[in-house]
Amino acid sequence: MDAGLLAQYVMNGLMLGMMYALVAVGFTLFFGVLDVIKFSHGDVLTVGAFTALATYAGMRMLGVNSNLLDLIVMLVTATLAMAFLGVVIARYLVMPLRSAPALNTLLITLMLGTVLRESVRLFYPQGANPKPFPALLPRTSIDIGDFNLRFDNVLMLTAGVLVIIGIQYLLNRTKLGLAIRAVAQDEETARTMGINFTAIVLVTFALGSGLAAFAGVMNGLYYNEINFGIGLYLGVVGFSAAIIGGLGSIYGAILGGFLFAGLQTIGTVMLPFASAYKDVFAFAVVIAIMAWRPTGLIREKISERV
Amino acid sequence: MAGKGHTSVWPGLVALAIATGYLIALLGAEKQNLIIMLLAVGIVAVIAAAWLGLFENVSASFVEHEDALGVCAIGAAGAVAAVFHDNHFVLLLVITVLLYSVATLGLNVQFGYAGVLNFAGASFFGIGAYTSAVLNTYTAVPHLLVLLIGGMLAAFAGSLLLLPVLRTRGHYAAVVTIAFALLFKTFLEVNDVLGGPQGMQVKGMRILGWSFNDNIEIGKISLSFYMNYFVLSLLLLAGAFVLVRRLERSWIGLNLDALRLDETAAGCFGLDIVRWKITAFLIGNFLIGIAGALFGMVGGFVAPNNYTFADSLILVSILLLGGIGNPWGLMVATIIVVVVPEKLQTIQEYRFLLYALMVIAVLLFRPEGLLPRPVRRYFPGWRP
Repeated sequence: MDAGLLAQYVMNGLMLGMMYALVAVGFTLFFGVLDVIKFSHGDVLTVGAFTALATYAGMRMLGVNSNLLDLIVMLVTATLAMAFLGVVIARYLVMPLRSAPALNTLLITLMLGTVLRESVRLFYPQGANPKPFPALLPRTSIDIGDFNLRFDNVLMLTAGVLVIIGIQYLLNRTKLGLAIRAVAQDEETARTMGINFTAIVLVTFALGSGLAAFAGVMNGLYYNEINFGIGLYLGVVGFSAAIIGGLGSIYGAILGGFLFAGLQTIGTVMLPFASAYKDVFAFAVVIAIMAWRPTGLIREKISERV
Repeated sequence: MAGKGHTSVWPGLVALAIATGYLIALLGAEKQNLIIMLLAVGIVAVIAAAWLGLFENVSASFVEHEDALGVCAIGAAGAVAAVFHDNHFVLLLVITVLLYSVATLGLNVQFGYAGVLNFAGASFFGIGAYTSAVLNTYTAVPHLLVLLIGGMLAAFAGSLLLLPVLRTRGHYAAVVTIAFALLFKTFLEVNDVLGGPQGMQVKGMRILGWSFNDNIEIGKISLSFYMNYFVLSLLLLAGAFVLVRRLERSWIGLNLDALRLDETAAGCFGLDIVRWKITAFLIGNFLIGIAGALFGMVGGFVAPNNYTFADSLILVSILLLGGIGNPWGLMVATIIVVVVPEKLQTIQEYRFLLYALMVIAVLLFRPEGLLPRPVRRYFPGWRP
């Protein structure tokens, strides 16, 4: 294996890892504030990507032909729309079920995911077919030996890193972040400190769902194609990533995302005769990690009350 | 009637008769308008009955006279099959209901009693089905034994997951089985030996020279060949039901309940948590595997797409819809989940959407399921 090919694999792995990490961060945020798993997260991503695509079509109809302007409007629309969707889901499906068993929340959001996915398939024009996603980023690339460094990938990675740094800053350096962390740590104490619990939960869901929309657009730009099923896979992978990292820890989610992408890449490289087995390999390692560290790599701090 | 300490068998019997009649009407209806009308009538009737409090009598009657009503339920299933004795499609649907019920009974032992999550039900079902595909094609193992081996292999595959399942809890435990479900489906797809994405043919069942895939002629009446499978599936379900019921009522069931409700407390009272979790997980997988093995032979065909994560979710949602821990509720829920989408062919495209919306509605408005599990009876005739 030469260096150029290796660099190519690393680059692909990083791109995948970035998308997984963005999804996983959403799972971790939701889990942090409400202790629930919102499984429709992946399908929110799908809806976000399709919203962006519809916005693109709308922009072209309006006669806007600037790639940059299109992209910005698409990102803003998709992110805001999904943030709104996240708030609606949290308010009307997740919060009413707070006292129910965790499995009920898991199942209701899974079913909501099905509703979203089926709605895209049925109600988006020709939604059942894969849709081409416009290549809005500059397509120039530099050849370094065998390694073809695509400029758009670099841009997307940078954007992803910036978003993650932004989230990190928001959580650790702002008053809102402090409130989110307080709610995550102890709901009752946070309430007595004058934090508006419902508002913080809704903001967190908006934040996480906005991230999913961003990841959805990124997915579209990377593959130049989206279909109604992308969210299901990304959702499950993002969930696994959040879990192996350790729920409730944002670093854990990022670590988990890149780790999963790394495993897939390793699976592809190490098993060249059977690269189709890369997912089998990756999920087997996930199961092994769960056996080794039952609460994720970065352990959740649990104090069991008897 | 309630509170007197004795309920007659009649409310249960009447409810069973009405349900059977309704089911026959629904299965027999061909016109879409009629089907939609029947479904609407059914929903209204159930809501009205619940509002009038009729279900309390029915469930009390089922608790009191379970054995008698169980025999009647077998009779009712027989009646349904007798009405549709030459209709391949309806019989296949009925068999699907029976075998899915067996599988969800297995899930019920795992989740309903011991509290062990399993999001890979369809995968273990698939292990059973692929076992019968491979063994029937390449070996001459007697086919009844194949069913047993299917169950055992599913339990064995489950035992590979034991370590992570036992060590993790809650959401972390969910991911173990979810990962297994995805792993299993991907594995089947990329594996050439097992037919890859196209799947495999499964030879029909044959016991002592009696081929299950031939139509039956008795005098002038010809029966669909599915009748063979129907009888076997019904026997399997009856056996599984009795097993699960006995298990629930025994001291083992008591241990499992204690374990689910409070692991720490159960441990403090000296219950071996690990042992009972393993027992429940393996028994559950065994039942799922047997059902899968028979289902493989019924369908005559296995493919990875039939054993996806989505199918596992359908099994879990049957459990939740029916009311966790109540085998009768499970069967009602299985009938709803299997039959309704099949009968609503006009809205073919929209059926998953409607189905998902239905589950959401149930979870929002009746989170304990359609028929919640009654409180355990410690003595015969005892009432909480």
